[in-house]
Amino acid sequence: MLWVCGAVYLLVLAFLGWAIWRSRHQTGTAPQDHHMRAGLLTWALIITAGIGTLATASFLVDRALAAARQEDALIIRITAHQWWWRITYLDPASGAWIETANELHLPLGQTARLELAASDVIHSFWVPNLSGKLDVIPGRRNVLDITPQRVGWYRGQCAEFCGLQHALMGLDVRVAPAEEFAAWLATQAAPAAEPPDTVLARGRDLFTSGPCAACHTVRGTGAAGQAGPDLTHFGARRTLAASTLTNNRGNLQGWIVNPEALKPGTLMPATELTPEDADALARYLAWLR
Amino acid sequence: MAALDLNAPQADLAQDAAALDAIWRDPPGIRGFLTTVDHKRIAARYLVTTLALLVIAGILALDMRLQLSQPGLERMGPQAYNEAFTLHGSTMLFLVSVPVMEAMAIWLVPLMLGQRNLAYPRLTAYSYWLYLGGVLMLWVPHALGITPDLGWFQYPPLSGPAYGPGHRVDIWAQMITFTEVAALAASVNVAVTILKMRPPGMTLARMPLFLWAMLVTSVMTVLALPAVMLATSLLIADRLVSTQFFSPGAGGDVLLFQHIFWFFGHPEVYIIFIPAVGFVSAIVETFTRRAVFGYTVQVLAIISVGLLAFGLWVHHMFAVGLPRLGASFYTAASMAIALPIGLQIFSWIATIASGRPRFDTPLLWVTGFIATFVIGGLSGVMTASAPLDLQLTDTYFVVAHLHYVLIGGALFPLFGALTYWFPKATGRIMSEGWGKIAFWLVFVGFNIGFFPMHLLGLMGMPRRIYTYPAEAGWGTLNLVATAGMLIASLGAAIIVANAVISLRWGRRAGVDPWGGATLEWSCASPPPPWNFAATPVVASLTPGWEPPPRAVMTGLSLENREVLVTSVGDAVPEHRQPSPGPSIWPLLTALATALLFVGSIFTPWAVVWGSIPVAAALIGWFWPRTRPEEAQAEAP
Repeated sequence: MLWVCGAVYLLVLAFLGWAIWRSRHQTGTAPQDHHMRAGLLTWALIITAGIGTLATASFLVDRALAAARQEDALIIRITAHQWWWRITYLDPASGAWIETANELHLPLGQTARLELAASDVIHSFWVPNLSGKLDVIPGRRNVLDITPQRVGWYRGQCAEFCGLQHALMGLDVRVAPAEEFAAWLATQAAPAAEPPDTVLARGRDLFTSGPCAACHTVRGTGAAGQAGPDLTHFGARRTLAASTLTNNRGNLQGWIVNPEALKPGTLMPATELTPEDADALARYLAWLR
Repeated sequence: MAALDLNAPQADLAQDAAALDAIWRDPPGIRGFLTTVDHKRIAARYLVTTLALLVIAGILALDMRLQLSQPGLERMGPQAYNEAFTLHGSTMLFLVSVPVMEAMAIWLVPLMLGQRNLAYPRLTAYSYWLYLGGVLMLWVPHALGITPDLGWFQYPPLSGPAYGPGHRVDIWAQMITFTEVAALAASVNVAVTILKMRPPGMTLARMPLFLWAMLVTSVMTVLALPAVMLATSLLIADRLVSTQFFSPGAGGDVLLFQHIFWFFGHPEVYIIFIPAVGFVSAIVETFTRRAVFGYTVQVLAIISVGLLAFGLWVHHMFAVGLPRLGASFYTAASMAIALPIGLQIFSWIATIASGRPRFDTPLLWVTGFIATFVIGGLSGVMTASAPLDLQLTDTYFVVAHLHYVLIGGALFPLFGALTYWFPKATGRIMSEGWGKIAFWLVFVGFNIGFFPMHLLGLMGMPRRIYTYPAEAGWGTLNLVATAGMLIASLGAAIIVANAVISLRWGRRAGVDPWGGATLEWSCASPPPPWNFAATPVVASLTPGWEPPPRAVMTGLSLENREVLVTSVGDAVPEHRQPSPGPSIWPLLTALATALLFVGSIFTPWAVVWGSIPVAAALIGWFWPRTRPEEAQAEAP
């Protein structure tokens, strides 16, 4: 398509250049109108053939993409929120839905059927290296089939303007061999373990008794909030705040204490903590792997 | 009744001029300013307002470019950035592009028709006042810190009552209502003038291509703009009186808004582009000193673009999850529009090739238009392909595409047109030297500024983001784009300076500095309030190039304002139509309308009580007035 359009552009420029050159130098006789009528007809045929080819090619590609669907697809539910992604997998072991956020894991070579839902406004799911975008629309369930072909990490991003922090609504995607994916899913399905030491236990207690638990869930503890991302295995994720910051203890502690400074407009409120408590909380979350 | 007079004695015309001056000149001072119905004065206001906004919204664009020139910059936060692109887009599309083309038509159409005014002079005034209301509706709240921040499209539910609290959305929606009513008033006016007020002899087949372009544009405006007013009215109803048109939970549908919006939004692009096509034809004809090759093809192309434009809107919505076959239909329809426009491009180049072109600034802008607009057209063919568009839509590829189409396709011809008709409007010619320097700066700067955006889009940079991470690798191209914009801005500044300086010190133009073939080049520069002392009679497509003597028609009243009405097809004179003089009622009606529109942001009852002042003003407007000649006739 790029080649066809590029060639047409060069053709037009050449014609324009020739017209200017000819009229500047007045070489030979001016083209007669009947010659130009023949040229116009030829040009019309070229355009018609060009767009006919492109439209047909477009139609065939569309068909081919549609035909890629498989019926034994892995079902993954993705719910877009202002400004993060809720991701749920069906656990093959227990048959239960298990939840994670902002990091999508896909098995290599298997078709994943992403069922897209919006909790608030319109978003658009887009991982450029894996597929075209598909809008996530309140009141509708759009389905996107992806069959990843290469192992690696990919970045996705919301592609439909969704309010204040549309720019920082990213998504990390991990395509892994089937065994690695299965192991990851099994880890995700497990609840959080019991903290082994007092600092981590202090962090856990702060989490479950403080404001965190109002919005976040850590399975295996009393924290069961639903408004924000599930944090049961938060420490294993690469980034935090929807692919906004690298997930390390420094960023994490800053995020807990003052999220507004790192992602202005985020719906997560600041939490007032003593430095020791903030440290314990961050250690606990980083330990949740 | 009118008489055909092949050799109107000049002395008579001079006497006539004194009489015409007495009846067509506006009252002096502020009274004349507020009551004028002179199409040239109103068009000048429209132009000054739209061009000032073009500069302001351009500065906003520069602000955004600086923010994006490097990854992770913090000179603008998300709120400031979202407000900036919302103001930029809304201003450019609703307050600049469409009205500036209307302004050109309001000024030019009567002059090209050898007429003294538009068909509905008071409606022209009303149109401008309402448009000004729309400008104030957006920019006064901005000065007060209440700025719309959801883009120029404001999709619900983001703009619905749940996620768009406060009045930002209402302000945007009512700005639309103001400007669209204004545009409808202007379009009806222009369409009727072109159809019913052509000079004797100017059959449809002898109508200049600019008039064809404006006729098609006006009809499209009348058909397309009600859709966006419907969309915003339903949105306001959702917000104000809790209707549920766009609430999925209550049986509404958020996609309904997008369908209605783009049913307007796509024709809107052609409503901006087709007048530019008219400018290009006018300029090419004059500067190659031959009639545009393929007149019939041009006319058919304009009409078919106007028709096709209403069948493409879904290509803005390929990513919403449509049935595949439906998407393919809109792909084919969108690509089909390349045919008529491609033929137009051919016919302009063929005209240049077979004429004797003189590369003054206006024709330079036309060649710049061809070289850039074709890129925009071809990237449009690419985005028209549904599977490809799923990658391209909502990325910087589309930002590049739409600016190539709107700046390369509409603003370049507009700049050419402003240079071309400047001497007619002001009596002075703009500096050619500075004009050429400005052209090259804008042309080169624009391409450096926007071409990299195609690549950024292919690299995955989404639209409407105020910052991006360094790891994305978009920094260098963004910096190049910003540098290009700075170069183009310098060129734009030179255009403004050139116009202002030439207005005062420019070389005197005379009646016809370029050797134009259309009728506006046969009246004085600047034209007097009555434009033409006698109505020209037309015998070909290029009356200005016919050997003298030129036929004129006399017989319009020298005691009252009158215009000539002719038949739609063959422009056969039908009757003399009284033309209203200065009136304060358009302004008062616009004020009453504005009261209703602004009030309805706060309470639905404003629609009820607000209609009373509107009705009162309209009664004043249409109150029957006895004309002197009728009074004489009735006298015993």
